[in-house]
Amino acid sequence: MARHVAAAASEIAPGGRKLVEVAGRAIVVFNLAGDFFALANRCPHQAGELAKGALCGLVKSTEPGVYEYSRRGEMIRCPWHSWEFDIRTGQSWCDPQRIRARRYDVKVARGSELVEGPYVAESFKVAVENDYLVIEI
Amino acid sequence: MTAAVQTIDCDTHPSVPDLAALLPHMEPFWRDSIVERGIDSIETASYPPKSPLTARPDWKGGRKQAAATPALLARDVFDGLGADLAILNPLYGVQLVLNEDMARAFTRALNDWVKAEWLDRDPRLRASIVLPMHNVEHAVDELERCAGDRRFVQAMMLVGSETPLGRRHWWPLYERLEKLGMPLGIHAGSSFRNPVTSLGWPSYFMEDYAAQAQAFQSALTSLVTEGVFARCPALKVVLMESGVTWLPAFMWRLSKFWRGLRFEVPWVDRPPMDIVRDHVRLTIQPLDAPDDAEGVARLIDQFNSDDMLLYASDYPHWQFDGAAAMPPGLSPALAKKIRMDNPLATYSRLAEATP
Repeated sequence: MARHVAAAASEIAPGGRKLVEVAGRAIVVFNLAGDFFALANRCPHQAGELAKGALCGLVKSTEPGVYEYSRRGEMIRCPWHSWEFDIRTGQSWCDPQRIRARRYDVKVARGSELVEGPYVAESFKVAVENDYLVIEI
Repeated sequence: MTAAVQTIDCDTHPSVPDLAALLPHMEPFWRDSIVERGIDSIETASYPPKSPLTARPDWKGGRKQAAATPALLARDVFDGLGADLAILNPLYGVQLVLNEDMARAFTRALNDWVKAEWLDRDPRLRASIVLPMHNVEHAVDELERCAGDRRFVQAMMLVGSETPLGRRHWWPLYERLEKLGMPLGIHAGSSFRNPVTSLGWPSYFMEDYAAQAQAFQSALTSLVTEGVFARCPALKVVLMESGVTWLPAFMWRLSKFWRGLRFEVPWVDRPPMDIVRDHVRLTIQPLDAPDDAEGVARLIDQFNSDDMLLYASDYPHWQFDGAAAMPPGLSPALAKKIRMDNPLATYSRLAEATP
């Protein structure tokens, strides 16, 4: 296991996402109102790129004709077959126990902590005064 | 019910000789109207009288119609095929009538005729309440009018409806059925408000009959997606003379697309096949399966349920020869479920009366 600096926190605005490569893996990092979450950029169904999907909310219903819409922007729809995944957990809506996108923990760290190591910053320089997104793989 | 009941035939068809037979069961205005207007028959094109499918030759004998009397049905269905109870599903063109009031009068007469000429003549008979199909208030009224007689065990519509059967304007009917604990039976056939295929009118009877499966697929999809089973969680639906083997493949397709499109219908909160497994039953004739036991076993395995199939002969329609109404190669346990347990679980009223 190693901790990788994936991006500067300022690169992903709230509601935004960024595709990064960490340890050879394509990972999409989301910013949900200041909290960061990361999923493998690979739908567990047929490997569609989740980073290219549409953000959506969660619609549920207590009875026909009633639309309970919540968690706007916290679900991602695979661009290939529109299966919905919970960005926070990676779970699919259609079969949450069996089908889930690979999820990675994201931590925010100050550059001043990172320069001391043992972090791996593969693609850019770390400035001590900025915040960075760290993914452990 | 006595312990002797082991086989329940869930789809049989008493023949209405002609419209005159229904006259004694109509109010004077309609009785006179029929005579004045010279309406003598409302047979439909769904079952042409001389089509081999309409009446098995050995059951028809030399008569104009098969299934003409309770005695003939008893000979063939009880003595010949070994059923102990039979559910009558009258197929007569009352659903075709365009005038809603006339349609109601004809439908009432048909249900009363079934009571007087069939149910009262053999205690082993049960029946479906035929519903008017073009006015939901009339349908609910007819259900209420007949449901007090507990020999009526379900209400019946034809799959070929004017609007998809899941649409909300039908829901008062389904809510009432759920309260009564009676299933909705959907039978092959059409009210001919729409072409019998989704592409328009076909040229041949063979196309019409084979395309019934398409209509059942669309009706079932409508019931699921519109949320009928979310609204009426205790409602059971029986597909009759629908064919059987299309269901697993079609439900696979519907469940597959539900995964990506379920946001349209959030009340469908689990895969459609799971909902259908809980709510929908099918009568086994015609069983459009291969003849070999292994093929049948594979097809039935695809249902992933032993609860969905109900024994039926589809009498007097010619779907099989001899007494082979049941498919080959079923385990004794599954055969017993199909013959007895599943019908009793579906039709709560069957267990009440002693034949």
